[in-house]
Amino acid sequence: MCTMIVEKVKIEGSGKGTNGWFKLDGANVSYDHPFDAPFEHALNIDFVNASQGPSARVAVELSESAARDLVKTILAVLDRAEAEGHLESRPANL
Amino acid sequence: MYTTDMYEGVIAETVVMPGANGDMINAYFARPLGPGPHPALALAHHMPGWDEWYRETAFKFASRGYVTLMPNLYFRAGHGTPEDVAAKVRAEGGVPDDQAVDDLAGAMKYLRALPYVNGKVGIFGTCSGGRHAYLAACRVKGFDAVVDCWGGRVVMPTEALNEKTPVAPIDYTKDLSCPILGLFGNDDTSPSPEQVDQHEAELKKHGKEYEFHRYDRAGHGFFYYIYSSYRKDQALDGWKKVFAFLEKHLS
Repeated sequence: MCTMIVEKVKIEGSGKGTNGWFKLDGANVSYDHPFDAPFEHALNIDFVNASQGPSARVAVELSESAARDLVKTILAVLDRAEAEGHLESRPANL
Repeated sequence: MYTTDMYEGVIAETVVMPGANGDMINAYFARPLGPGPHPALALAHHMPGWDEWYRETAFKFASRGYVTLMPNLYFRAGHGTPEDVAAKVRAEGGVPDDQAVDDLAGAMKYLRALPYVNGKVGIFGTCSGGRHAYLAACRVKGFDAVVDCWGGRVVMPTEALNEKTPVAPIDYTKDLSCPILGLFGNDDTSPSPEQVDQHEAELKKHGKEYEFHRYDRAGHGFFYYIYSSYRKDQALDGWKKVFAFLEKHLS
């Protein structure tokens, strides 16, 4: 906890952890020491379900440039999906 | 110094101890065998939590003759792997300073009550644990030495203060009641060399007994062989300084 730069966002979706898939209710985004990535600081994202305890977590630790590239890529994919008429206001009940 | 003809015995186990607010929290306890008297040490674990490196470090201190107790400062966050628990605490903005200080004060009292402790209790911490160790040594009477290894956020701008960290640790310096050893990497950004300068100036201003060592070609966490931040030569020298300091003040 050396930078304390952290933001939390509520999300919908699923994540695959060590015990399989689980529902996500949030993402915690920080710029702080990673556990594994070979950087002093990393852009860390924890996809979590707080109601299921600390182990309900899917983690990524990214370099700054990787994180920025990822953000651009996500937005580009969403823009394309929107342009092609694929976006839905709610997830489909399949 | 250890020689191959010496007997050596250590016992290490998880125990339960009273922490902040009277909460019973778990702690890792490692001590040398034998009647003592032995010096004692509280450990303030780092941001990645109550993890294997810190258990090994507790064992290392015990094998060097220190009765060592490491409270799980993240106990209230629930249980899981140390990384998962630490990630949860990170998302919550860390643990409150008051809580960490009182957990570490509980460790000091636990150690002082043991019949085989020589009456001297130090405190050691790295990263956020270095910060917590410094806070505890300033705010609690009863520690005889403190080792702060690259504790970040000892110096804090006013805008960084919040409900959990309402006072910058440097502002408690006048209350520090024991000698301090500080080890820092010159490539670190938290604390930066400039922040270490500020800390040192504050210690000097208040006439505190301190020993700071700064290492070139080392950044944050240069003792951690499990991370790419490890710097062998600097770490080996740093450990020598830690043990010399503790022997001087806790024997």
